[in-house]
Amino acid sequence: MAEGLLEIKNLKTSFRIKDNYYAAVDDVSITVNKNEVLAIVGESGCGKSALAFSIMGLHNRAKIEGNILYKGHDIANISPAKLNKLRGNDMAMIFQDPLTALNPLMEIGDQIGEIVSLHNKNLSKSERKAKVIKLLNKVGIPHPERTYKQFPHELSGGMRQRVVIAIAIANEPELLIADEPTTALDATIQSQILDLLNELKEDMNAGIILITHDLGVVAETADRVAVMYAGQIVEIADVHTLFGDPQHPYTRSLLNSVPNAAKDQTKLHVIQGIVPSLQKLPREGCRFGPRIPWIDSSAHEDNPVLHEISPGHFVRCTCYSQFSFPEESKEDQSHGVS
Amino acid sequence: MWKFTVRRILIMIPQIFLLSILIFLMAQAMPGDALSGLIDPNLDPKEIAKMREKLGLNDEWYAQYIDWIKGAIQGDLGESFRFKMPVSELIEQRLINTFWLSVVTLIITYLIAIPLGITSGRFNDTWADRIITGYTYIGFATPVFIFALVMLWIFGFHYGWFPTTGSVKPGLEPGTFDYIVSKIYHMLLPAISLALITTVNTVQYLRSEIIDTKQRDFIITARAKGAPESRVYNRHILRNSLLPIAAFFGFEITGLIGGTIFVEQIFGYPGMGQLFYESILLRDYSVVTSVVLLFGIASILGALISDVILSLVDPRIRIK
Repeated sequence: MAEGLLEIKNLKTSFRIKDNYYAAVDDVSITVNKNEVLAIVGESGCGKSALAFSIMGLHNRAKIEGNILYKGHDIANISPAKLNKLRGNDMAMIFQDPLTALNPLMEIGDQIGEIVSLHNKNLSKSERKAKVIKLLNKVGIPHPERTYKQFPHELSGGMRQRVVIAIAIANEPELLIADEPTTALDATIQSQILDLLNELKEDMNAGIILITHDLGVVAETADRVAVMYAGQIVEIADVHTLFGDPQHPYTRSLLNSVPNAAKDQTKLHVIQGIVPSLQKLPREGCRFGPRIPWIDSSAHEDNPVLHEISPGHFVRCTCYSQFSFPEESKEDQSHGVS
Repeated sequence: MWKFTVRRILIMIPQIFLLSILIFLMAQAMPGDALSGLIDPNLDPKEIAKMREKLGLNDEWYAQYIDWIKGAIQGDLGESFRFKMPVSELIEQRLINTFWLSVVTLIITYLIAIPLGITSGRFNDTWADRIITGYTYIGFATPVFIFALVMLWIFGFHYGWFPTTGSVKPGLEPGTFDYIVSKIYHMLLPAISLALITTVNTVQYLRSEIIDTKQRDFIITARAKGAPESRVYNRHILRNSLLPIAAFFGFEITGLIGGTIFVEQIFGYPGMGQLFYESILLRDYSVVTSVVLLFGIASILGALISDVILSLVDPRIRIK
């Protein structure tokens, strides 16, 4: 099928809290192909960003186990010099919050120019500027010459996100990680940014990891979707299967909590409880179990693993086969409201 | 930019005006007046009353104030009864002495603060950081006048490396090379003593700025660009951390005024601080008001310098 680009094997990223390490990413294995958008979804605190930061080698004090294989390098065990050659050149990242991701004291032109010249040392000043202007054009900034000389605070949020994207795509990376690139933006700008991402994928034949908790964004842009819960991947499938035939209780709960204009709903489904914090995470059994207490504990596996239920469609734990939403209690609640 | 600076300077006029009124009123509240130090105790009280009347000391306070401020604007700050000479002449040489002492102190302050602050901030929670923070805590807790005394005793008397009094070796021709060297030599120990104490503020400030900037999102952006650590520090973290330090510069001047009063007194350095201290003790009325006025103006100028520097280096508040 598609050509593999990035292969993550049994990745475990742990953070030290007081004297113990707690895994925020726990035994994640995943591949990203060229010319593919892999979406990673999940609630806040599920380890999505921790996974992205691990791939970019941006964790300072985390313990990283497992392998992140990219272009013959294992990013989990790589020298800083080699990592710096990859970062910004072969792989790049688009950050969540455009308001804080740019250096407030540097002109836009210099911020983009920096990544250009870091990986092309013998570029002349005018060549560099020409390339930056081209990039600004590419991400749809209306007056590149003017923006080149501007500071971040002089630009709107949408414009700044475009600058952040321009930085990420400056050296045409083959792997692009977009960490919630649209959460800080309003809806119209959101779709422009997503269109831009799609164009870039086609242009550069790149693999894109799109991290988001917005299922609308996923449906619009992704080719494959991995659902993450509490540091683990609980379901992975291509986008049509995932939306058409979701299996894992968590995936189904997530999809069920999105308002649907076609259905006549009085009340939205709410997933009980919250994502447990790192220290309180259940490390044994089905991690989602505590949030679906009406499902009998015998439905869960003792040591949940990913099952391939159809080609390319993996689901963790056996509880999916016995899962249903508690219809009665839901009706009770809706009566209470109306 | 110019508009901002001009506006900022215009604000200073009412500030200085208010300051002068305050100083004048406080001086009025002091026991004695401009005449009391000049009076010969054997003089006939009637003569004294006459003199008072003649000098306008029985006028309403505002009339006296206007009289005083008129003179001050023209450079006439009254007469010192102790030195029997015009205050403006008296102050001139001492002002120059204090100015250079402050400049040398500031240079030493930053020579200490910047490397220590950077080391401490970059390698926070290491042994180097602990030693530096330890020093800053000692610095915070040590009064300048005690520390200056200890320094004077050790390096001035015990080892004899530095002169213990004065601002220049007597008998040298002003303007010659030897004269300048001697001036700097005399300044060194007081400046080092003062700087070692006052610098701890800046060290701590720079340290916390760097630790703060290190965790900002744009630093992650810089790393993700593939910038090596040295570049991340020099281009991104340092510049953003030094900004508030630059703004702090003006207030450093204000702090120095307090410091020089002690240090000049201890090192017998003929500057404004020493003059101020001695004039208060001797109730040299016109000198005290003049010196306080100048100190006040220096503080206001310090704040102005801070604002202008900040507007120069921070594009966010640069006003076009």
